[in-house]
Amino acid sequence: MNLCDTMELEEIIREENKVYAVPELLDQSVHMHYCPGCSHGVVHKLISEVIAELGITDHTVGVSPVGCAVFAYNYIDVDWVEAAHGRAPAVATALNRLWPENVVFTYQGDGDMSAIGTAESIHAANRGENIVMVFVNNAIYGMTGGQMAPTTLIGQKTATTPYGRRVDLNGHPLEITNLMPLLDGTCYVTRQSVHTPAAARKTKACLKKAFENAIAKRGTSVVEVVATCNSGWKMSPEKANEWMAEHMFKVYPLGDLKDTTKEQ
Amino acid sequence: MKGNEAIAHAVIRYGADGYFGYPITPQSEVLETLEELMPWETTGMVVLQAESEVAAINMVYGGAASGKAVMTSSSSPGISLKQEGISYIAASELPALILNVSRGGPGLGTIQPSQADYFQATKGGGHGDYHLIVLAPSTVQEMVDFVGLGFDLAFKHRTPAMILADGVVGQMMEKVVLPEQKPRRTDEEVRKQCPWACNGRIGGRKRNIISSLELESSRMEVINERLQARYAEIERTETRWEEIGTKDADYLIVAFGSIARIATKAKELAAEKGIKVGIVRPITLWPFPTEAVAKAAEGKKGILVVELNAGQMIQDVRLAVHDKMPVEHFGRLGGIIPSPEEVLNALENKIVNPKSEA
Ligand SMILES: Cc1ncc(C[n+]2csc(CCOP(=O)(O)OP(=O)(O)O)c2C)c(N)n1
Ligand code: SF4
Ligand SMILES: [Mg+2]
Repeated sequence: MNLCDTMELEEIIREENKVYAVPELLDQSVHMHYCPGCSHGVVHKLISEVIAELGITDHTVGVSPVGCAVFAYNYIDVDWVEAAHGRAPAVATALNRLWPENVVFTYQGDGDMSAIGTAESIHAANRGENIVMVFVNNAIYGMTGGQMAPTTLIGQKTATTPYGRRVDLNGHPLEITNLMPLLDGTCYVTRQSVHTPAAARKTKACLKKAFENAIAKRGTSVVEVVATCNSGWKMSPEKANEWMAEHMFKVYPLGDLKDTTKEQ
Repeated sequence: MKGNEAIAHAVIRYGADGYFGYPITPQSEVLETLEELMPWETTGMVVLQAESEVAAINMVYGGAASGKAVMTSSSSPGISLKQEGISYIAASELPALILNVSRGGPGLGTIQPSQADYFQATKGGGHGDYHLIVLAPSTVQEMVDFVGLGFDLAFKHRTPAMILADGVVGQMMEKVVLPEQKPRRTDEEVRKQCPWACNGRIGGRKRNIISSLELESSRMEVINERLQARYAEIERTETRWEEIGTKDADYLIVAFGSIARIATKAKELAAEKGIKVGIVRPITLWPFPTEAVAKAAEGKKGILVVELNAGQMIQDVRLAVHDKMPVEHFGRLGGIIPSPEEVLNALENKIVNPKSEA
């Protein structure tokens, strides 16, 4: 029997019956430009929830990358500085050092973090800047039309590896997150995904821990989200999720890589 | 005190909030002196040695975006690396101060003084239609004074300012009067002065966004027009220059920075020979004192532009006076500084008694 057959609509639409709501920090007045099925939207939602739940909306500053997430500032209702491609960790460094009571996070793609911004990312983490680095690894350059990223898998076809990535021509996939635990400045390094509700819930918990670390000034937290770019990969959203689970998780296995908060 | 050291003291005393830099000769003393003075213990100013000039300028971008008074310093090759960031700072309408103690190029070049970055500093440097306010100190005292002036202009017009010094003023020892220590602005004062800045939505205010991205052409044109209007306003109101004995001179020397002092010596030598020379020293290289040069040039028989480069500012001088009189260039390259006698020689040979071409 359908609930609606026995209850009036007004009886159903009530605060206590609510099982889902768009996070208050996700700006509903603008249309997200992300392709349907893209992981970026889910990550935005999780970040919005975490910031609101931690009660840090009025002193959080985000740094958006050059990449598909460049417009993150249009969606999550906190202050945002849009950085040049790869430079978000340097921008975040100053934002946090000059306003130490603020919570600063970067949001970076794999091109941003593991190609053009390798130096800034490694050095901010090595200095132990009290920031959160959210790293959305979709193994491709989404924004510029699907070219190879350092994280692109061997054999993966992209606009600049039309016959598949080859080690002899293009080198190996760069597992930059694996380097982060080696840096004494990092307190928390984890790799997660958002392809299922369970995975998204897990990622949210990790993001929360990362933001808590920033609040407690424990050092740099890096949260990698292994993500899909169904447009760049030229797959349906569903197929992209399957492909990611089958191929990407082998090279980028999920789980915590470092957590100094556990040791305490 | 050395010019570079004086800069460090001046920045602290201005009440600046942050300095981000990367070592490069001939200006490493700026960062070294700041680290020695430990202003974070006194005024609370942040000092950070970045991993590169690219990182340093992006730290400046972040700091400026949050409303703080921040600066970086470098020398020519490092300033080249900063250009993308400088373009972003200009496009985002942020105040910041950049010091270039320039050295001879191109490439790695030499660590000796040079003025070969004039084009880079005054004509854009990075991509897009933008300008920096460019101040050219000729003394260590001006190095000090231009820190305050540079920050004040940058905040007044919400645009980055550059001090374009040469290695001579950077390394030279001179007596200076340092300004009184100003207190750093409180966070509340920063928020009040810079309501556009990204430092948290305190009081539940609307979110602030600092971005130079606008994909809609018609809106991007409006942004560009706003920038251009600001540049026009700066040209109208902020042009600075110095004139020495231009009124009753027959000839002019136009020179900036430390070279203007050598030109002034050359003027004295010329007077002994009965040659009456006036000096125009542009202090703002952008906005260039076009009208002042044109006015000073009225009725003169010729102009010598003296620069430590192959001929850069001479283009702006020629634009100012058109072809009403001969305008010639004299410069030494590669870090060599000409003597006043050489300058006088050049004036005599190129302007006063030009050898007719065979
Ligand atoms: C200095 C500079 N170089 C190159 C670009 C062009 N560009 C824009 S986004 C991008 C790559 C984005 O890929 P990624 O960081 O993985 O983000 P995604 O779009 O996949 O989320 C590139 C190369 C740029 N904007 N600036
Ligand atoms: S191109 Fe890829 S990363 Fe960009 S919005 Fe589309 S699916 Fe997402
Ligand atoms: Mg990507």
